[in-house]
Amino acid sequence: MAGRGAMNTADTIFALASGGGRGAIAVLRMSGPAAGMALAALAGGLPKSRMASLRRLRDEAGEVLDQALVLWFPGPHSYTGEDSAELHLHGGPAVVAAVAGALAALGARPAEPGEFTRRAFLNGRMDLTAAEGVADLVAAETDAQRRQALRQVDGALATLTGAWAGRLTRLLAHQEAAIEFAEDDLPTDLGDQARAGAVALRAEIEQHLADGGRGERLREGVLVAILGAPNAGKSSLLNALVGREAAIVSARAGTTRDVVEVRLDLAGVPVTLADTAGLREAGDEIEQEGIRRAHRRAEEADLVLAVFATDAPPDAETLAWVTPAALVVANKVDLRSAPATIGGVVPLAISARSGEGLDALRAALSAAAVRLAGAGDAALLTRPRHRAALTEASAWLAEAEAAALPELGSEALRAALRALGRLTGQVGVEAILDVVFRDFCIGK
Amino acid sequence: MNQMFDVIVIGGGHAGCEAAAGAARCGARTLLLTHKIETIGEMSCNPAIGGVGKGHLVREVDALDGIMARAADAAAIHVKTLNRSKGPAVRGPRAQADRKLYRAAIRGLLEAQPGLTILAAAAEGIETAADGGIAAVLTGDGRRIACGALVVTTGTFLRGEIHIGERRIPAGRVGDAPAVGLALAFERLGLPLARLKTGTPPRLDGRTIAWDELEAQPGDDPPEPLSWMTERITNRQVVCGITSTTPATHALIRANLHQSAVYGGRIQGVGPRYCPSIEDKVVRFAERERHQVFLEPEGLDDDTVYPNGISTSLPEDVQAAMIATMPGLRNARIVRPGYAIEYDHVDPRALSPALEVRSVPRLFLAGQINGTTGYEEAAAQGLMAGLNAAARASGGTANRVLTRGEAYVGVLVDDLVLQGVSEPYRMLTARAEHRLVLRADNAGLRLTETGIAWGCVGPERAARHQAFAAAVTDALARARSDSATPAALATGGIAMNQDGKRRSVLEVLALPGIDPALVDAAFPWLRDLAPALRSQLEAEALYAPYLRRQEAEMRLLEREERMHIPDNLDFTVVPGLSSEMRQRLSAARPATLGSAGRLPGITPAAIAALAVALRREGARST
Repeated sequence: MAGRGAMNTADTIFALASGGGRGAIAVLRMSGPAAGMALAALAGGLPKSRMASLRRLRDEAGEVLDQALVLWFPGPHSYTGEDSAELHLHGGPAVVAAVAGALAALGARPAEPGEFTRRAFLNGRMDLTAAEGVADLVAAETDAQRRQALRQVDGALATLTGAWAGRLTRLLAHQEAAIEFAEDDLPTDLGDQARAGAVALRAEIEQHLADGGRGERLREGVLVAILGAPNAGKSSLLNALVGREAAIVSARAGTTRDVVEVRLDLAGVPVTLADTAGLREAGDEIEQEGIRRAHRRAEEADLVLAVFATDAPPDAETLAWVTPAALVVANKVDLRSAPATIGGVVPLAISARSGEGLDALRAALSAAAVRLAGAGDAALLTRPRHRAALTEASAWLAEAEAAALPELGSEALRAALRALGRLTGQVGVEAILDVVFRDFCIGK
Repeated sequence: MNQMFDVIVIGGGHAGCEAAAGAARCGARTLLLTHKIETIGEMSCNPAIGGVGKGHLVREVDALDGIMARAADAAAIHVKTLNRSKGPAVRGPRAQADRKLYRAAIRGLLEAQPGLTILAAAAEGIETAADGGIAAVLTGDGRRIACGALVVTTGTFLRGEIHIGERRIPAGRVGDAPAVGLALAFERLGLPLARLKTGTPPRLDGRTIAWDELEAQPGDDPPEPLSWMTERITNRQVVCGITSTTPATHALIRANLHQSAVYGGRIQGVGPRYCPSIEDKVVRFAERERHQVFLEPEGLDDDTVYPNGISTSLPEDVQAAMIATMPGLRNARIVRPGYAIEYDHVDPRALSPALEVRSVPRLFLAGQINGTTGYEEAAAQGLMAGLNAAARASGGTANRVLTRGEAYVGVLVDDLVLQGVSEPYRMLTARAEHRLVLRADNAGLRLTETGIAWGCVGPERAARHQAFAAAVTDALARARSDSATPAALATGGIAMNQDGKRRSVLEVLALPGIDPALVDAAFPWLRDLAPALRSQLEAEALYAPYLRRQEAEMRLLEREERMHIPDNLDFTVVPGLSSEMRQRLSAARPATLGSAGRLPGITPAAIAALAVALRREGARST
């Protein structure tokens, strides 16, 4: 993970922190050992730390480049933990280019993507989960994603994991005390206490694991596969939902031969709608491949939107995908009214052409998306890495509960602690001994 | 004496004796230099050797043909394996010794050691050579003794100062002068010194204790020897007594806390958490109404009794009043008061993993001087320092190092040189990552072969070890291949899942709560196995399934352990390391990626960055 050789933290780096393009203000950020020197050279001396000061910026030849608001953040109390500075410039591209050029002449180099956060992580300013949160926050497309990422930056996951690690450390300490200090007058039920603690802790971890993968889904987006027979009107439905011509629509069956995907924001949840080739006994090879892909996409999907046309009997291929978890739609109600049930499920009656029932469908899709991904307020696990570590910790806790000998219980608790440690940081043996000696009177 | 020695060892305590014997076993002409011949092998504090973690160390020292376990067996008067109800990995053999017999046994073993000379003299100075390394030792009686390498094991004698209430007495131990000249020599060598403290309880006259009012604690019968070379323990075994403090004891201590050297603020050194004074216990655990005290006889023909659990630095009159508040001790007489002792130690981070001072070639340190506590910790370091000093004196490199995966000795040394100490360091099994493997029962199987290669194991032990190792290999192979059907086992009274799958001897031994007699009945050849052999099978059966599950993680640890950090690696140019991490790594100079990860305050991110740099380095050099 420590990546490219060019990423040397001995360098001083800079980057445009505000978006590209023309704006009233552009913010240039700089971090590294030479940040103070570079700022002093540009602004004619270091301003008071953490105070906004208005300065004329000059290049080495003494030419005034801009009048800017400058901020000086000496390390370690800065975002990266290093000496850092911010330059709030006038937003024109020429100004930004001139100041960037002056910084480069002073020995700084443009930052790699994510390098500021990487440095913050390396300097211990944030743990791994918070750094992941920053990356997610920058990438957030929807409101719910933003909320979820912000919670992770704020340390929601790290705090919870840290609290679990603290409890686990204590359980382990009690188990270890029973092993190490056999001769001391310790409570006789330390092993049972450790076991009971492991049971309770595992239940809590399992509760978070049973979040239905909402956090990961919100981060990645909910995938909805639109399935149906050729000419059931899937592409028309997609276009109607998106409000533009995303898919080619024709009366000819089998027009959509591959998967067409469109990204939507439904109630703050990013949703990918995948329009697929119609399911039928296919004619040519290309269409066959399209159908194979449709099946695969449907298997990957978080939600299946099964589309039937009211002017034809429900086809067996699509019916196979109708489950209580699927959304079932009867299209073309402008031509003929919808049947009461399809495959035992009450369909949503719509017309992609007239727009009838589309609001109800949108509401149903939004509700499903929120159910599947949450609104960014509850789930704490946002990456498979988190889930893997907690699953492992939980398995070792189960092992500790079942252990026949104290030293085996202790081994399992240690392994569980290491698994938690992989999420955020480490717990050393000294931390365990600290608890042992705080909680028990030991020593003859 | 103008004779030159390969190795000089200063100090005749547990570290010094092992160092001298170990160096001499390797063929080095060795001199043991000590204040007083009579106190060689003295047990300055409690009269016991071994325990959980400590017993593991003793067995490891024994596996390398050290002398501590043999001497303890010769002097043992009360033997008990701790944690007998738990698994073999955490069982700790422990022997209480007759102090006089122990001294005699140690002295006998040293005197019988070819190539070892013992001299009573105070070491007052150190002479260095042009390279800044050790050249000779200067004694108080004006001698200059040249040497190839020096091992210093001065225990609590470096500027030692005893505290009893408000009294302060410069001393290394009660009745013995401190080593001041040597402390000055160390200061001149620029060694980083710091202060620690420890304490000892008052000793009682056993004839004044009402034993019949006390709960008696017998030892194991038969007593199990500590040394692999001891057939059986022959001394008469004695019984210990158990008493306790009372609310009256605690009230008395609280009323006199201001007179305690520790609580009166006269001592700055940090004491061990696991061996707190009774003042500490009463203050920190105020809710407890009693603390257990073991009354341990110090010898067969010695009436002195060691009351284990009440180390103190209160004034003598308060100590006497305190003792009288405890059941069975109403009329007990104190023969020697308890005291706290403050002493200098060297920050062990100044040492290499071979226990050689990095900045002073050929100078080795071992024992309490490195910030540890305990006879066993001292002996283990003494042995390693002695072996390395011998290697160094013969012109070789000091590379006799055990890893954390091989031995508690490895854990001990690695912890010391990497982490340093903030209190006197004691071995605990919780410190070992490979606890299930590092057992007291398999120390020989783990280490004797290495010892033979190092030249520190005598022919008798080597032959015995090789025969045993071969027998273990055979028995394990047989226990893996020999099996029975579930039906046959059920007939023999071993209830199990009738799935038709045959179970090996090891699988049957691993069944929780299995009665050994039933296993013997099912596989009669087990009956003929020596107990030591059988316990190897049982441990394997018990732990192997667990170890297999941890294998992936352990492999990762081992890989990090094997990733060597070149001595000349410049941490300041490793990409992706923060300046703080650079500083810490440069100061500690860890030898492997694994040891870098154990440094305090080193982040996982820093380890990842270092791993990438090492891999790149490795790719360049191959």
